Amino acid sequence: MNDEFEILESDVLIIGAGGAGMRAAISVNDAGLKPIMVSKSLLGKAHTVMAEGGIAAALGDVDSKDNWTVHFGDIIEEGVYISDWKMAELLAKEAPERVLELERYGALFDRTPDGRIMQRAFGAHTYRRLAHIGDRTGLELIKTLEDQILHRNIQFLDEIYIVDLIKNNNKIVGAYGIKMNDGKRYIFRTKAIVIATGGSGRVFKVTSNSWESTGDGLGIAYRAGVKLKDMEMVQFHPTGMVYPPSVKGVLVTEGVRGEGGILLNSKDERFMLKYSPEKKELDARDVVARAIYKEIMDGRGTEHGGVYLDISFKGPDFIKNKLPAMYQQFLEFADIDITKKKMEVAPTVHYMMGGIEVEAESGKSNIENIFAAGEVTSGLHGANRLGGNSLADILVFGKRAGDSAAQYALSSKLEKIDQNEVESITKHINDLFKEDGKNPYALMDRLMTCMSENVGIVRDGEHLKKAIEIINELKKEFPDVGTKGGMKYNHGLLGCLELENMLISCEATATSALMREESRGAHTRSDFPKKDKNWRKSIVVYRGEKNEIVYETEKTKEMPEEFKAYVKPEVYK
Amino acid sequence: MSENISVHVFRFDPETENEGKFVEYSVPYIEGMAVLDTVRYVEENIDPTLSIRWNCKAGKCGSCSTEINGKPSLMCKTKVDTLGKDITVAPMASFPLIKDLVTDISENWEIARKIPMFSPREGMEEPWKINPKDVERSKEFKRCIECFLCMDVCHVIREHYTPYFGPRYIVKAASWDMHPLDALDRSKFLNNEGGLGYCNITKCCTDVCPEHIKITDNAIIQEKERNVDRQYDPIAMLIKGRRKKEKVVR
Repeated sequence: MNDEFEILESDVLIIGAGGAGMRAAISVNDAGLKPIMVSKSLLGKAHTVMAEGGIAAALGDVDSKDNWTVHFGDIIEEGVYISDWKMAELLAKEAPERVLELERYGALFDRTPDGRIMQRAFGAHTYRRLAHIGDRTGLELIKTLEDQILHRNIQFLDEIYIVDLIKNNNKIVGAYGIKMNDGKRYIFRTKAIVIATGGSGRVFKVTSNSWESTGDGLGIAYRAGVKLKDMEMVQFHPTGMVYPPSVKGVLVTEGVRGEGGILLNSKDERFMLKYSPEKKELDARDVVARAIYKEIMDGRGTEHGGVYLDISFKGPDFIKNKLPAMYQQFLEFADIDITKKKMEVAPTVHYMMGGIEVEAESGKSNIENIFAAGEVTSGLHGANRLGGNSLADILVFGKRAGDSAAQYALSSKLEKIDQNEVESITKHINDLFKEDGKNPYALMDRLMTCMSENVGIVRDGEHLKKAIEIINELKKEFPDVGTKGGMKYNHGLLGCLELENMLISCEATATSALMREESRGAHTRSDFPKKDKNWRKSIVVYRGEKNEIVYETEKTKEMPEEFKAYVKPEVYK
Repeated sequence: MSENISVHVFRFDPETENEGKFVEYSVPYIEGMAVLDTVRYVEENIDPTLSIRWNCKAGKCGSCSTEINGKPSLMCKTKVDTLGKDITVAPMASFPLIKDLVTDISENWEIARKIPMFSPREGMEEPWKINPKDVERSKEFKRCIECFLCMDVCHVIREHYTPYFGPRYIVKAASWDMHPLDALDRSKFLNNEGGLGYCNITKCCTDVCPEHIKITDNAIIQEKERNVDRQYDPIAMLIKGRRKKEKVVR
């Protein structure tokens, strides 16, 4: 067993190297301090790379009437009035500047005929608002920021798995990681931490999320005493691939509908006219996802259990220019030429609106030196996220979290690492090596199946209780999981550690979903189909003093009077 | 469908073993299955200590680069149906092996740091205006997902010790050189420092690119020819200082 340690010191440790982590690292570097950025996957491979449609920013380049107040209103309304209004304000105001900053770094956005940044329509955005690079905006974003990381010589260690944060006298003083390449253990001594690890979509069986999205940041934060919020709010993207089985869940960008694509059932009916006569295919994601779900449930689905998405009528030139990655994806993965044929799609788990509760301006959690940004946080998107707001989110709040963590680090010093803490984490890891351990992937599979079957797009009390029961069974079995082999690049070991974090996310999600006895945004309860004004609040989850999970509710903060003019008043029927 | 397929996966830990070997695994066939599904099956059901690297499973991240039946390929994009009876999966040969199918690609970051970054022309008024047509050329190179298959297949990198940066980084440089607002010309640098002359345009890199970037024709040859122009065309050299940015169109 490799028990060797390396100790690395930084002013700010950034966990995660997607858009939020990289943007935070740039901020710390700008402040003249030393960041270290670590990530579970290789540099440049983070889940951000999968983002397709664009970055929502009220630049007004295409629709000149657009401005931050309209974007603000869209966020609050589609988040069904439980978003943190301050985060919504900051996002709406600052996203345009972050887009222009990317352009200065070398990102090359699609243009309007007169040379400005092209913006496309997306679900429930009042105006055409998404700055984009074809349908591979995330790739451009991540490669552009990666260039900054490399040329600024920001220290990064990729393929590092952070097992836990390290405390000393109730203060977080560092983190414990395993480098997969050589199995070496690292102690990261640091003054402040930015958690930017993304979501936990992979706790579901059918998801658009990549390998790494197992909610590790949520797990380590929770164990460190950080509060999580809105964990029941899971976004189902309306359109994931359904066929062939090996690509089930892979994302089909909303850009297809943004560029004019229509949804049809097996009877060739354009069913969105019925569910949403005004916004049709471009209504909010929760509305479109539920409509597709209902069509399939009512027997109007396709042979492989989806509905049709058609853009072929736009012609090959248009499609290959506007949606090149989708054209390629269907051709290569499904043998379907989307310029000639319809796509088959169904909802797929896409995004967690819930996560670490943060202060809007600074990204600070309830622990003074833990900051967070991006999908791992909560608040901005409330009960439903608008497409394109995630890329805006990681840039705006990645920068803010990096700035505030740097500010914090300026006036603090490195603390001593408590060896007892280190030893207890080491022991936990070493205990996972056993001759006859249960296969973590077998448990993971049961967990994912349980979540997809019981905590899906339409929920009810009975199924949620069943989910909690299964999660509890799996928690009891967890001490038996184990792996063989060594520390080096051992996915068996990683699987055990991931599973532990996934169980936390799942328990918080299922229990919060059971508590919220109403339907709001992405959270739909067939036994409580209406929205309830008493639930204009959030469920906060944290670890209690006896290691029990504590659930509390927290009222949504009221926005100042002058902001109310930007938002349609909430209606309860 | 319950037929099984057999996959021969390369297993080797250079730290603890003297040599590697192909191990045969039997995996249940699923319709539309990719090679990645087969090795994931092995990892999740047969031997969790098998080291594989993957992430998006959708051809977008470039993590699962290996050599399948000898050809540098992404595991997620290579369908089992296209491979016939025998399937072998081996790690990329151009990079140091970590374990099994996973290689150390970190030397690429050192090359990346050498490529001069995007340098916008001075004095441009913000927000910048760019003709939509001018975006197109650079766009092709910006499709690169950094799977490094082009570096793996490149025989200059495989067989010789040269300063050649490799196809990925000629593409990277070309993406900036063809950025409509970039002020630099990297062709001379690529030739002098980047060993561009070592490439004898066999187009192997273009053949394996999962993003179908015409690496040789549109990046390498362009950068080679631009460099020749710079060196031997005194008039072009004279005008260079006066023009804002010269776009070479052939």
